[in-house]
Amino acid sequence: MNRVIGTFWLTVGCVLSLLLLPAEIQGQVTTEQQDSLDYQRLLNAANEPHNWLTYNGSYMSQRYSLLDQINVDNINDLELKWVLQNQVFGAWQSNPLIVDGIMYVTERPNTVMAVDVATGRVFWKYEHSNDARARVCCGANNRGVAVLGDKVFMGTLDAHLIALDRINGQLLWRAEVGDVSRAYSVTMAPLAIKDKILVGVGGGEFGIRGYVTAYEAETGKVAWKTYTIPGPGEPGHDTWQGDDWKVGGAPVWITGSFDAEQNLTFWGVGNPGPDWNNAQRPGDNLYSDSVIALDVDSGELKWHFQFTPNDPYDFDAVQVPVLADIEWRGTPTRAMLWANRNGYFYVLDRTTGECLLGKPFVPVNWSNGLDENCRPMITPQPEGQPTYPGNQGGTNWYPPSFSPRTGLFYFSAWEDYATIYRSEEAEYEPGRAFLGGGYTVLAPSPGAPTIGIGRTSPINNWTNEVGHASLKALDPNTGEAVWEFEQFDVSDSGMLTTASDLLFTGGREGYFHVLDATSGELLYYKNLGGQIVMAPVTFMLDDVQYVTIISGNSLFTFALRNSN
Amino acid sequence: MQQLPRKVSGKNPAKFLLLMAALLVSLKGMAQELGDHQYTSAAIQRGLRIYSRECALCHGPTGDLVSGIDLARGQFRNAASDDDLRSAIIEGRAQGQMPAFALQEEELNGVIAYIRAGFDPEGVAVRIGDAEQGQVLFNGKGECASCHRINGQGPRLAPDLSAIGIQRTPAVLQLNLLNPAAAILPINRPLRVVTRDEEIIIGRRLNEDTYTVQLIDSDERLRSLQKSELLSYEISDQPSKSATTLDANEVADLVAYLLTLKGEA
Repeated sequence: MNRVIGTFWLTVGCVLSLLLLPAEIQGQVTTEQQDSLDYQRLLNAANEPHNWLTYNGSYMSQRYSLLDQINVDNINDLELKWVLQNQVFGAWQSNPLIVDGIMYVTERPNTVMAVDVATGRVFWKYEHSNDARARVCCGANNRGVAVLGDKVFMGTLDAHLIALDRINGQLLWRAEVGDVSRAYSVTMAPLAIKDKILVGVGGGEFGIRGYVTAYEAETGKVAWKTYTIPGPGEPGHDTWQGDDWKVGGAPVWITGSFDAEQNLTFWGVGNPGPDWNNAQRPGDNLYSDSVIALDVDSGELKWHFQFTPNDPYDFDAVQVPVLADIEWRGTPTRAMLWANRNGYFYVLDRTTGECLLGKPFVPVNWSNGLDENCRPMITPQPEGQPTYPGNQGGTNWYPPSFSPRTGLFYFSAWEDYATIYRSEEAEYEPGRAFLGGGYTVLAPSPGAPTIGIGRTSPINNWTNEVGHASLKALDPNTGEAVWEFEQFDVSDSGMLTTASDLLFTGGREGYFHVLDATSGELLYYKNLGGQIVMAPVTFMLDDVQYVTIISGNSLFTFALRNSN
Repeated sequence: MQQLPRKVSGKNPAKFLLLMAALLVSLKGMAQELGDHQYTSAAIQRGLRIYSRECALCHGPTGDLVSGIDLARGQFRNAASDDDLRSAIIEGRAQGQMPAFALQEEELNGVIAYIRAGFDPEGVAVRIGDAEQGQVLFNGKGECASCHRINGQGPRLAPDLSAIGIQRTPAVLQLNLLNPAAAILPINRPLRVVTRDEEIIIGRRLNEDTYTVQLIDSDERLRSLQKSELLSYEISDQPSKSATTLDANEVADLVAYLLTLKGEA
C-alpha cells in the first residue's frame, strides 16, 4: 500500500462528494462512509443498487439490480470502459464487491485488490501466502470477499479467514477455519451478517467433516460452529453407520443467504464422501446434499431439506439459496428457489423447509421422479451405463438470478451430458483424496475429447455432442421453462437481471450475452475471449451504470457510450 | 432467441445411449465377433496365465521391469509387429539374457494377445501386422492417401495423420477402418453449409461456438462463418469414408503403419 496515494484519493473523494455528487452516489470512500458500512446497509443492499455489497447482491441472493439505465433500447451503445488483467492463470471465479466507488476483487489463489471503479486502476493489493499443504480438488479458486465496517474478509485455500483494513489493505486478524493438514480449505466468499462473518469449508473429496462457522467481525473469535454432519446423540446422526460420519464430507463451499425476518441463514451442503462409493457409507448421510437453515445468532439448526440421500454421484447441493417472496400458485409464499446439481428444480417453503415443487429441468435417469415429500425414487444405472445428468450436474455452483419483475428464475443448465461412474473401496488417509472410484464422461466415440472442469482450449473439439448449455428461464409456479437460450459449449456462468428487464450472462466460450429477460430475445453479444465462470455485477458511479464481467484472465467493465 | 437453422445428429440422449451401447459391444465384445482382426478374450485370458508363469519373473507383473521395455504400453527394443514378438519369444534375445521359450502356438498367441491388450484381461488386443506392407496399402489399394495427408504429402481436407500413431490407440485406429462412423471424432464431422448468397460449402469442422463455425472447405480454404448468416447448416453423423474393404491381414498391416506415424517428419 502506498500511503501517499491513499491519502490523495481520500482527499479527492471528499472534495468530489461535497461538490459534485448526489449524496447516495459517492466517487471515493470517505472515513464516514467507511464507518457507516454497517449491518443496516447490508440488510438494505438491494435498495442501494449503485453498490454491490454482498456476494449475491443482497441477503435474498436474487442477483437482481434496481438499475435500469442500460435497457433494451440502448443496449447497442454498450462500450468497454476499462480492463483489469489478472496476473495469474486459471479460472477466475471471483465475484467483485462494489462499495462507494471501490471494487474489492480477489485473484487466485488468495490475493485481494481494491480497484477504482472509474478507471480500473488498483489502490492496493494484499497477497496471502498459503501453507504448502493446502489441497483442493478442483483448482486454486477463490470466489470473493465480504465487507463490513472498515474491514474486508477473505477465506483462504489453507483454511483461514483473514480480515483486512478496507482502506489500506493491511492485515488485521487471521483465524484458522480448519485443519489444512486434513485438506480443509475455503474457496467461497464469506457472508457478513450483523456483527459476524460466516464461512464454510471445502474438502468434500478429502474426507473432511463439514461445518459453517461464524466469527466476530471485530476480533476473529469464533461465535458459533455448526457441523453439517451431526455428531453422536444429535438428530440425524443415525443416518450414518459406525465412524463414517467422521470423514463423511458434506462441505460448504458456496455463500449462503439470510432471511432477516426469520433470523435464519441458509446454506447449501456438498457431497458425502467417499464420493462414488455409497455402499461404503450406508444411510441417508445427513446433511450432505441438503440445504440447512440456521439461527444466525446461535448457529442452531432449525430445519433441513435433503435433495439427494446417500448420493453416489457427487451431486453437491452447493447452489445459492435464492429467496423470493412470491405468490406461489395464488398463495403468498416465503419461497426458496433451487435448481440442483441433481437435475431437479425445487421450490421450498423457507419457513419450514417443506418442499412445494420438485421437477426435472434436464433428462434425469438416476431417479424416476420424486415422491410427495420430494424424496427421489432412485433408479441407479447398471455398471458401465451412463447416468444423466453427469458428474458436473444439471447445473452447479454458479449463481442464478430471480427477477421480481418477470417472476422468472434464471440459471445455466447442462444438456445432453452424462457420466459413467465406477466405484471402489476407499481407505481414508488424512489429507489424501477420498473418492471411492471415478468417472468418465460419455463421448460419442472412443478416446474422443470430453468436457472437463473449466475450459483450457480455444478449440471446442468435444463439441455439443458431449454436452452444451441451456440458459433456462423457469416459472416457479410450474417448474417449466418459459424460454431457453442454447449455447454450443457448456456454461459455468452466473446470472444478473436488472429493473430494465435485461439478463446479463456469459459462458465457457467467452461470449458476454445480454438477453431480454422477459422473452429470451438475444439483444447483444461480444466475444471477450476467455471462459466466463462467474456472474456479472452492476453498479453506478456519477450517474453512469456499469456492468463488470470477468472473462478468462481479464475483468471487463462496460457502460453506455456517452452515458456521462 | 430464434434457434439457428441446423440439423445435428446424435444430439438426443436416447441416440447417445444406443451409440454407447454399440460402442461397448464393438469394443468389449469385438474379441469374439472380430476374431479375424483381434485376439479372442479366451486368448487374452490364456496369455495372462502363460505370462504369469513364464514371463513375469523377468518382465515383472506390469511388464516394465526390463530397461527400455514396457510391454503393456507397446514399447519394445526392436519388435514392432506381432511376428517380431513371436520370433523374440521363440528364439530368445539379447545374447541369451532372454532365453528361447518352447511355447505351443496357442500359448504363444495368448502371450501376444495379453501384451497387445495392454495387460488388461478384459481389454481388446488388436492384431498388428507389417508396417511396410501397410504403407503400400495406405498409398495404394486402401485409398487412404487420396484424402489424408502425411508429412507434407497429400490433401488437407481429411485430418492430417502425421502423428496419428501417438494420438490414437491401435483399437481406435482399427475401429476407424472397420466402422468409421463409430470412431470419428465429433469435431471432424463433415459439414454442408449454404450461405445467404447460396454458395454451397462442403468442409470439415475445425471449431464451433454458439454464433460461429470455423472449417476447412473442399478447396482447402480456412473459412469462418456466422451461423445467423447461413441459409442452412448441416452436420453429418457419417464420415466421408465408408468401412474398409481390406481383409483382416491388410487391416493389421495398415494399423501397423499408422502406429509408426509419430510426428517426426
